[in-house]
Parts: sequence; C-alpha cells; structure tokens
Amino acid sequence: MSANDRHLWPYPIRYGQTDTHETDVLILGGGIAGVWAAISARRTGARVAIMEKADTRRSGAGGTGVDHWGYAADNPCSTITPEEMTRALVDNHFGYRSGISTYILASSAYETLLELESMGGKVRDTEGEFKGAPFRDDKTKLLFAYDYDSRYCIRVWGANFKPLLHRQCRRLGVELLDRTTATALLTEDGEHGARVVGAMGINCHTGAFVVVRAKAVILSTNRPQRIFTFSSEHRGAAAHRGGSNVGNGYAMAWRIGAEFTLMEKTIRSPFASPYSYPTYGTGNALNTWYPCTIVDANNKEVPWVDCNGLVLATVEERCHPAAGQKFFLMGGGNASQPHPGLKQYAGPKLIPDLEERMRKGEFTPPFYADLTSMPWYERKAIWGLMVGQEGRTRVPIVQTYEASGFDPSKDMLQTYDFLRGQGMREFMMPQERTFGEIGVAGGLVTDWDLMSNIPGLFGAGDLLFGSQDHVNAATTGRYAGARAALYARGAGLGKLGAAQIESEKNRALAPLAEMPDSIDWKELNFGVARVMQNYCAELKNEELLSLAETWLADLEQNEVRKVFAGNPHQLMRALDVMDILTCAQMIVHASKARRASSEVLSFSRLDYPENDPAEWHKYIVIRQDQPGRVHTSGRPLGFWGPYQPNYGPRHAENLAAMQAGPAPAMP
Amino acid sequence: MNSGREHSAGQQVYAEPNRPTPGRPLLFDPNVCNGCNLCVTVCPEDVFIPNATKGQPPIILYPEECWYCGVCVDDCNHPGAIRLSHPLQQRARWKRKATGEHFRLR
Repeated sequence: MSANDRHLWPYPIRYGQTDTHETDVLILGGGIAGVWAAISARRTGARVAIMEKADTRRSGAGGTGVDHWGYAADNPCSTITPEEMTRALVDNHFGYRSGISTYILASSAYETLLELESMGGKVRDTEGEFKGAPFRDDKTKLLFAYDYDSRYCIRVWGANFKPLLHRQCRRLGVELLDRTTATALLTEDGEHGARVVGAMGINCHTGAFVVVRAKAVILSTNRPQRIFTFSSEHRGAAAHRGGSNVGNGYAMAWRIGAEFTLMEKTIRSPFASPYSYPTYGTGNALNTWYPCTIVDANNKEVPWVDCNGLVLATVEERCHPAAGQKFFLMGGGNASQPHPGLKQYAGPKLIPDLEERMRKGEFTPPFYADLTSMPWYERKAIWGLMVGQEGRTRVPIVQTYEASGFDPSKDMLQTYDFLRGQGMREFMMPQERTFGEIGVAGGLVTDWDLMSNIPGLFGAGDLLFGSQDHVNAATTGRYAGARAALYARGAGLGKLGAAQIESEKNRALAPLAEMPDSIDWKELNFGVARVMQNYCAELKNEELLSLAETWLADLEQNEVRKVFAGNPHQLMRALDVMDILTCAQMIVHASKARRASSEVLSFSRLDYPENDPAEWHKYIVIRQDQPGRVHTSGRPLGFWGPYQPNYGPRHAENLAAMQAGPAPAMP
Repeated sequence: MNSGREHSAGQQVYAEPNRPTPGRPLLFDPNVCNGCNLCVTVCPEDVFIPNATKGQPPIILYPEECWYCGVCVDDCNHPGAIRLSHPLQQRARWKRKATGEHFRLR
C-alpha cells in the first residue's frame, strides 16, 4: 500500500460539531514559548490550556532542539550585564528591535535554563567531555560559545528539551488540545477591538469546531512564512521553520484590531529558497558552525579578520574581542541582517573581499568547512554538540551524514554560497525574500506585561519583533505566562458573541464544499507569493504597493472561496494559507505607510530614495480600527522606557506568584 | 523497498496521477517497524496516517509536506525502523582531506 492508493480517512469525522472548553489562561501555539507560558501560568495556580495544531511533544520551530543558549547575561560567568546586552542588541539593529522582549531575554535566560535543568535538561559538561577546552568554566562546568571572554552564550544539550517541557506540562496538569489549529480570537460580545475572552479552532484530525472560553489569551504562534517563496514539492528540507509555522497569530490578532509594527521589514534570506541545502548541513563558518576554518579547493585557508580588519593568525583568536572591544555579538558575519551592524559589536569573520580575491585567482572554488584542522574541542563542539543538538540537526545532519560515511575528523563539508560568488548567502533572485525566517522581524506591539493594545491578549516568542531564537521564546513565554495568569485573577469570563462564533464556524468550514472551479491550498499560496514577488519585493513604490493591495484583495474576494479541502488536514492547510494572505496584506499596508527608504530595514522605496532620514527613524504601527480599515501611527524608538524599573517589579511579582502554585515536579 | 508492483504483458495498469516529488522523505523497514504509530503522533507536520493494517508502517500521505526534522526517527523506539532520506537535489557533498576523494550523501 502506498501513498498513491486511496485511503479512508483514519479519524472520526465531526464536521459541524462544536466542542467547548473553559480555562483561565489559553495559550495559542504550543511551541517553546507556548509550553513555557503554560508552565509558569500553571505554577501560579491558574487553569491552563494549550491549543496546538501539531503535537505538543515536538511541535514548533524549536521542538527539535537547541544548541546555544544565547544572551544569558544573567549567568554567573557573564562579564556583561543584562542592560549592556540589551543595549547592544537593540543598538545593533539601530533601535528596530523590541527592548522589552530583549531585556526579558537577557535578564532571565540563565534563570530559565536552571528551571529547565531541574526538569532534567543537560546544561553542563558534567562528564568532563570538554575538560581542557578554553570555553569550559571548570567551576560551573558550563560551556560557552562565540566570545570566550564575555561568556554570555551557553552551549547546551537541547535536542530533548521540548519533550522535557511537554512532560512538565503534563505533570502540572496543563490541558493539551493537540492537533487543533486556532483560527480566530473571541472578543467581548464579539466586538472589534474589545477584550479577548477566548479563541476558536478546528481539530485537524476530526474537523470538529472548538470554542475555548478564557480570561486571558497568549499568542505564541510563529511568524508568517511562505509570503514570497513557495514551492509545493521542494520546501521542507530547506525551510528553517516548519510548514505549520505560518503566522496564524498575526492574522488572528490583526482581524480583531491588535497593533503590529515593523511589518514592512522583509529581507533576502540565506535560508528562504526552496532549493537551499538543509540548514546547518553545508560547510559554513556562521552561527552553529562558528568559528570553523574554511579552505579552498587547494586546502588554502581563507583568512579571518577582526572588526578592525586585522588578520587573525589562530583559531583561538576568533573567539576573543578585538583590541578596544569589550565583547562581540555572535561572530562570523551576520547572515540574518541585511546590514552589517555596528562595528563596536562586530565579531571576527572571514575576509569580506573573498569574492574579489577569488576572481583574481587567489582562491579556487569550491570551498570547504575544514573541521579536520580544528582543535579537537572545537571540532567536537561544532559537530556533535552544536550541530547535533541544534534544531533539526541530530537526525537530518549528524546521523544521516555519518550513516553515509561522513567523518568530521577526516572529511571537509562543501560550502555552496562561495561557489556562486554571493559571500555568505546562497544565490537568490531579488524577489525571493522572506518575512522573518531569520533575524528580527515585525510583530505584536506590547507593554511590559507583554499585553497588546487588546485587553487580555498577550504575546510571547517569535511574534514580539525581537529575537527569533529558542531562548527568546523560552524567556518571554515564561514571563508572559505569569503576567497573563496574574491578569486572569482579576478578570472574569467574558461574554461570548453568538454571531462571532457562527460567522467563524462558517468561514472555517467553508473550504469543505467542493465547486466546479475549486483550487487547492497550494495554488492560493503560489498566487499570494507571486503578487508579493512582483509588487512588494526588493524595490517598492506607491504604484507597485497599490497594485499589491489590489491583487491581494482580488485573491481574497475571488480565490479564497474556491479553496477546497478534502479532509481536516487539508482544511488546516487551507486556513493556513488564508492567514498567509492576511499577513501579506499586513506587510503591504506597513510598506505603504513607511514613506522612506531604510537601509537598516532592507526597505527600498524608489519614490522616497533617501535612506533612513531622521524623521522616519521611528516605528510604524498599524492596526485595523474597524474591520477593513487600516489605522497607521508612529512610535519613537525606545518607546518602552527604562529597562529595570519596568522589568524588576514585574519579574519579582512573577516569581512570587509562581512559588504559590503547584510545585514543579522533579524528574 | 519493493512496492510489490511487477511488470508483464497484459497486466492491469492504472491511470495514475504523478506522485509528489520528492516522494520518499522517509524509508520504513517493515521488518523492524511494528506499526506503533508513535511517529504519526509526534510528526509536527502531520504527514502520516496510521496504516489500516495493524502492525504495518504508517502511510506517508503528504510526503511533500515533510520538514525533514527527523523527530519521527529520533523518537522511534525501534532503531532502524525509519530512515530519513533527503531530496536528491539537497544531498550535501564532501571531500576527504587526505585522499582528495569526493563523496555525497546517500
């Protein structure tokens, strides 16, 4: 029996039936941010439910692991403070990065890691595997990455962290509504912009409609994906984030009037092409592979330079700040930013003029990552600890490559980006862009409670226009869970709007009806991506963006109703693409609102060519003040105010509340 | 893995649509897999359905939705039951430094 045969749907079909639940804190999206939010909310004593479209054990972008626990300025070995860390990260994005989520990250990353250790997570080199390595602190047995002087980034054995967090949710009695995709938020009496009182969803196996009443709701869904590039058959292996991560939370919150910012920022990404090699699966010197030696076809080493342009003679020197630098942010050059960042925080990297020197004949492609010549501890840390524990690397890279004979002590893995003369990036067409597959991207505007402008609606993780990484998800999830639970204590269950529920049920189940001119979800995704490529890509102007609006609205009016789903799984995918369409519209609205080019946002307006003029150095905030009407406003950079006075009292309150609830079970 | 289809003159042939490509992100060894369906449960993309025949490997219903994350392999309690197979166009290559030999992912 193969997939090509016809199969009866294996799960009971419950189209048209409605399941209702009630809880205090409802979490939409059970990835890393969602499970941490659930654990901390539950620890305050609140009733907690997670609505997760996949299975909570492994779901989300971080469900398959994490290797470096970054920006943990609160760890005992760090030489920099959370405030310094936050300022560096925000300044390095020229102010376009949430100081709220970044400060929560830098202040509580280690505290969060200790909680994970209490659940059974391995965070120290207890076996002495790396004894003698310059990045090991012998007292704490912690291992550090990148900058061995400032020691803010901890290497961890995170491939099993998600199953541990899932187990903790179960022990604490979190209600897990798995295989249920959230489709819409419930507002007080169904009113636009009013307090959030729950959410609705569809069971992806049975098709049942699900209504959950809640006193507070946390959005911990991923960022929009597949906005510019889509390939129906060649996307999985290359995609940094899974196909289920499509920005459902953005679309849901947008529809009820929540505020979003930085939505106009889209970038060329090294990972977004459907034809890229598996992430971390080719030779490179970035991120998880830092600071790997790169050699050319004749085994000639490509030199490394520090931020002052001085050539570094040894591998060891790649892991220390340059003269006059207190610390550096992750080295290797920054693939996730369209601009190089500030020199004062720049780490060592390969020579920037490699392409030129290759064309002159100084280096011969192809290039290779040469782990064989690295000191034993760097080789072992990169291949096995970093590549191995990092998400989507233990099986797809380490196990699979080794089964084919790859031996890191003998073999050099080829790099493909150099071959095409594109520096650290794989070749991409200018219109092949991404919204936030990597790096800082737009998201939900929140206050210091991580609550949006919609009362009762909180955000955590990837949608906070801050960092995109595992630790950001963990720390902001943990913080938002406690804040939402405390909010829920003072909030009753709200009044549901019968018309809102009926209307959503009709919308969500509509794709089940087949018509003579039906299309499938993939075709709509292609249609959206083509409009975005043509009218909202590298070069923008008012005319192009107006056409983007026109043609997206056309798809919304004419193609959405044609999308057909033959079973509940396809229904989930169909609803996903409708959310992708909504997210694309948000990006176009924001792009129209920023009437200035910005190099630091990788945003080019042909009709406003001046880059980053002072009067436009601000956040553009968009929301729907009534259904279908976009309201635009601006916020100054740093609008979140001072860090510790805002964070400190809330953090103390969170910890006190979490100690009052059920104790977290020990492994 | 042999699909069981053979070819001979006069045999019954079906009018089939093209299959998705890449169509085999995962290879099951039916001698090791006991059809417990743990992989079906944990898959973040829900690409499988359980096999209608109990004890048999699940069906990869949506191979083109596979994220190649490997949790089905990682969480499987029966080593060797599932193997991840990268798309042909995305199989990395490497060189043995001492000999200069070239290899690729199989």
